[in-house]
Amino acid sequence: MDLAEKNVFHHKITEALGVNAKDATLSLTFLVVSFTALLIGGVLGLLQGLNRAGLFELPAWFDYYQTLTAHGILLLLVFTTTFAVGYFYAALSHTLGGLLPKVRNMGWIAFGCMVIGVVFVAATIIAGEASVMFTFYPPMQASPWFYIGLVFLVVGIWIAAFGAFINVAHWRKKHKGQHIPLLAFFATGVFVMLVFGSIGVAVEVLTLIPWAFGWKETINVMLSRTLFWSFGHTLVNIWYLTAISAWYVAVPKIIGGKGFSDALTRLVVILLVILNIPGGFHHQIVDPGITESWKFIHVFMSLSIGFPSLMTAFAMFAVFERTGRRKGGKGLLGWFKKLPWGDVRFLAPFIAMAAFIPGGAGGIAQTNNQLNQVVHNSLWVVGHFHLTVGVTVALTFFGISYWLIPYLSKRKFTPQINRLGIIQTILWTVGMLFMAGSMHAVGLLGSPRRTSYTTYGNHQAALSWDPYLIFLAIGGTLLIVAVLLMVYIAVHLMFFAPKGKTEFPIAEQEADAYPAPKWTERWGLTIVLLIAIVAMGYVVPIIEILDVPGSPPFRTW
Amino acid sequence: MKLHRAEEIWLIVGVGIIILAMVFTGYQAFAHGMAPPSGMETLDPQKVDETAPFDNPGIFEVGADEYEVVMTLEAFRFNPNEIEIPAGSEVHFTMTSKDVVHGIQVIGTNINAMVTPGHVQRISQKFDTPGEYLVICNEYCGVGHQMMAMTIVVK
Repeated sequence: MDLAEKNVFHHKITEALGVNAKDATLSLTFLVVSFTALLIGGVLGLLQGLNRAGLFELPAWFDYYQTLTAHGILLLLVFTTTFAVGYFYAALSHTLGGLLPKVRNMGWIAFGCMVIGVVFVAATIIAGEASVMFTFYPPMQASPWFYIGLVFLVVGIWIAAFGAFINVAHWRKKHKGQHIPLLAFFATGVFVMLVFGSIGVAVEVLTLIPWAFGWKETINVMLSRTLFWSFGHTLVNIWYLTAISAWYVAVPKIIGGKGFSDALTRLVVILLVILNIPGGFHHQIVDPGITESWKFIHVFMSLSIGFPSLMTAFAMFAVFERTGRRKGGKGLLGWFKKLPWGDVRFLAPFIAMAAFIPGGAGGIAQTNNQLNQVVHNSLWVVGHFHLTVGVTVALTFFGISYWLIPYLSKRKFTPQINRLGIIQTILWTVGMLFMAGSMHAVGLLGSPRRTSYTTYGNHQAALSWDPYLIFLAIGGTLLIVAVLLMVYIAVHLMFFAPKGKTEFPIAEQEADAYPAPKWTERWGLTIVLLIAIVAMGYVVPIIEILDVPGSPPFRTW
Repeated sequence: MKLHRAEEIWLIVGVGIIILAMVFTGYQAFAHGMAPPSGMETLDPQKVDETAPFDNPGIFEVGADEYEVVMTLEAFRFNPNEIEIPAGSEVHFTMTSKDVVHGIQVIGTNINAMVTPGHVQRISQKFDTPGEYLVICNEYCGVGHQMMAMTIVVK
């Protein structure tokens, strides 16, 4: 059998048998954890939001800062990462003809590590031993077990990543001269970013552990912050790259169209992987210890990440227009009406994309040094990432769930669930508009993030923030309804929807599409360029903060 | 790999906006001295009270309508925690932290800086309009973070 025939054969097997049951169980298990994190993290989000608006007093045994730390870690770290791994393992299984048994086992070990990590982290937060926020800036010192939990999380992520690399390498060996399927290409990009992006934070946490046990007296605060953000910002773009994989691969199929240029899509992935890590510096624009010139160089490094997103914006609307016109849309904007607005599998990711227009613009604004100084550490920033992560990433993940979960559970996505999904999407969007909108506005006025309700001794400026904070609480209330609805939908699709077959939507290319150039498959080259960019961005600034006198630990909560 | 003509135009406009943003930011930063606070000196965070100038925090007149405020930040207070200056004063803040990471923001001005242990942070601001300015810590610093505030009275 030659390769092409074998491929078709493989494809036919998957067609006939559907998803590999063992692979499906693995992915579904990751998704169960993901939606559990969404539920708990969402409830905690509401509680801290109501407290922040001055409407609700949190008890001393679970105060505002504990609530906020748990909310941040559960939603930013656990919900997103477990979803991404579950989704991409399903994607690898589907596009590469099943996971290798070895890789499936690695998936389970990764899952085990991540669960142990989450348990350690959650337990120390609940015990009041780690009210340090998801950024855990030293010299605030949490229990050593909090940091050990983080190590387990990172190790879990690495194992999952290497599992993915092994599966992809195996496929490439069997399919010499072929491009890996586009979705597997996205998965490779995401896992490469996860591995390289988490090196900095791994080094940071490994220096924090001996300090937290008291074996080492002091810690370098600026170095820790810098290493943290080399990870923090990359993580944001890992979710984003995960989300756009569905925009490029699944959404065109769902709307009955063809994919955008395969070659340009692969270029977007490569650019995002190469350019990302130094973006972390824009979280440190008003920090001491980094020179004005380096901060300016990093404006360029951060803004360059915007370039592939501009390509994505064009690609998405190009696909929509082409598809709408083929369906008979006339005139300048007639195609827009032809899109399947009643299908939540399209509506949710579409709103996610639309939210990235103001979200991305706000990001570009606040990465420019002087503008950043106006909003740094204000609620504006929180509004920004509720728009980008809370809408762009979360709504895309929900949009994926409507077909991914029934595909894995061998059930059907019913019109009833579609209707519920549309209600969920609208509630979520309106809730986030209230929340992110009021956060942006009140942040510009100076209201700080990560601060429990206070009027600063009835200072006039602080009192003027209160009306905005009420809108934040209204948004939070709508959102918790949307969270409950989404969790219900996920559980229903996992265990109760009618049995049947759901397709894993993968768009075909246009007939006249250009083939992707060979160099897009050269991951070694991509990684070398990634390391070069990281070196350009980090070597000199890190040398400048290597010998800052160290700080002893403090526990201020 | 070939781009559609429309995509080329779109990307050129996009890159143009990004370059324009950088030109503005660079021009403001280096021609007008508006770059973000970037104090480079270091000190031992365990010896702040013995290290000049932080052994004597306070407000010092350094010129005509020009003041230096030497300030330490610690959980959960600023020292000095009351500042009174005449309208039209240029104020230079020299700050460090005695414990965890703090941030200082003066509402209604462009003062917004991280103050980390081990570094001396500097920022300047001209106060033209009389009033009572709210000064807050804007980096989470512990259970009393929401109480860490003071005022600058401009007369």
